[in-house]
Amino acid sequence: MGPEWQAVWLTLKLAGITTILLLIIGTPLAWWLARSQHWSRQPVSALIALPLVLPPTVLGFYLLIVMGPDGLVGRLTEQLGLGLLPFTFEGLVIASIIYSLPFTVQPLQNSFMTIDQRLLEVASTLRASPRDRFFTVVLPMARPGFLSAAVLTFAHTVGEFGVVLMIGGNIPGETKVLSVAIYDHVEALDYASAHWLAAGMLAFSFIVLLSLYSLNGRLQPGVVK
Amino acid sequence: MTGSRGIQARFRCGFESFRLDVDLELPGSGVTALFGHSGCGKTTLLRCIAGLQAAEGALTVNGETWQDGARSLPVHQRSLAYVFQETSLFPHLNVRRNLTYGFRRIPQARRRISFDQAVTWLGLGHLVTRMPDRLSGGERQRVAIARALLTSPDLLLMDEPLSALDARSKQEIMPYLETLRDSLAIPILYVSHSTAEVARLADHIVMMDNGRVVAEGPLQQTLARTDQPFGLEEDAGVIIEAVIGQRDQQWHLCRADFNGGHLWLRDDAALAIGQRIRLQVLARDISIALGEHTEQTTQNLVPATIDEIASDLSPGTSVVRLVAGATPFLARITSRSVHTLSLRPGQQVWMQVKSVAIVD
Repeated sequence: MGPEWQAVWLTLKLAGITTILLLIIGTPLAWWLARSQHWSRQPVSALIALPLVLPPTVLGFYLLIVMGPDGLVGRLTEQLGLGLLPFTFEGLVIASIIYSLPFTVQPLQNSFMTIDQRLLEVASTLRASPRDRFFTVVLPMARPGFLSAAVLTFAHTVGEFGVVLMIGGNIPGETKVLSVAIYDHVEALDYASAHWLAAGMLAFSFIVLLSLYSLNGRLQPGVVK
Repeated sequence: MTGSRGIQARFRCGFESFRLDVDLELPGSGVTALFGHSGCGKTTLLRCIAGLQAAEGALTVNGETWQDGARSLPVHQRSLAYVFQETSLFPHLNVRRNLTYGFRRIPQARRRISFDQAVTWLGLGHLVTRMPDRLSGGERQRVAIARALLTSPDLLLMDEPLSALDARSKQEIMPYLETLRDSLAIPILYVSHSTAEVARLADHIVMMDNGRVVAEGPLQQTLARTDQPFGLEEDAGVIIEAVIGQRDQQWHLCRADFNGGHLWLRDDAALAIGQRIRLQVLARDISIALGEHTEQTTQNLVPATIDEIASDLSPGTSVVRLVAGATPFLARITSRSVHTLSLRPGQQVWMQVKSVAIVD
């Protein structure tokens, strides 16, 4: 595999793993945010939205410190025999999860909030347990939300740069993702290679968003008045 | 079944400006109407019984305890079915999968109502492959009722199932509800603020006001109370059960026999001899005569005994309860007539019934 394809593969792997993990983490979190009346709902929402407004380098900087040899997480991972996370693929996954969290949680939360509470009551009178109601009513009705969350999370992770540079560096096959590879080419004045990758990403992003919008139009569950 | 039949319900709960406080003993079969103006707490009571609304209290349904103090079965473990006021079909499932949603979740041994039976009862055969958004309002509500029945519940709760429908859809669903009332051996609690629906469907009635029960009892006796707890005023009247005993082709009349007499009706509803019907006789449509004056236009003259006279309801008006055989009637007459004819309890009189309506 050439270095270019290596970067492409690494990027897709990072984005894929991040998306799967985030859907698992983000679903209960979004459900809680959509339904809870607890006072901590607002602070938690604000915390999740932070990556939307923070410069990625700020986020990357703090992650570097926390996961570094003197950081809380760093000391923990070293004691567990896992070594240090910065400049590893695993470290990138963790950083991506934090960085892309709002892109998973917010679409899910929005689609959960539009589900009529009445339908869940109906399901409970039809003998469905809370778990059963979630899988047979909430999940199918929130399908457009899940699609948006997955696509946005994936695309956003593909496009991350600042955070990767801060905690991942530039190790081929380990942390050198597409965006970093493009940056390298430009630094080296190799505009042809930079073009090749940049245009590929542009096309990829456009196709992703186009399919999201057209699918979402079709997946809208019938709203009964 | 263990313990006593019937429903024992005791609930207390409160919101900002509303308190529900009821202690009821309801029959274990037939239709019980929870009746009252909007905001009286009848829906809240129904939700407490379903377990959808948390409340202090206790609930036993035909011997099974669903709630006792703090111990309360979650909704999905109660053997009940709930038909909501507005349509509540799952929009992502077609009619068949809506119908089987609850059906699949009860053990096979507990399924007393089959899919085909429910589909037939509610006339849904041609609709099973449709999506809910391709159904009319009346069709949707019929699917919701069939879906509820398919859980073979021990108790059916209906929260104004017709109120969101137009007059035509109401007429369309009513016969189905009557079929259910006559075919199911389970108690049905029916929330309504419509006297017409109550008159047609209920066997037992609970009148609520401001979170409390103001009156309750069997429909006929309770509607015939002279103190008029239902506040019906002009619409006060009784419901009587009758059987068609004779048809007079020449005059287009038919005779409805009730326990204690008979009434002649216009024969325009294609009634059959032997058919059971419900009649509504309003208090303002009955006047009282001391003797049998046959030379008059009123068709219906029924001998009856005065049971009770209440004259303190509104100025100048008295409500008289009369009994013909075992059937109570109410008459609204002026207090002056009571005085002039010197009417008193125990007296034998003739009721002139000016109008009778078939409600069922």
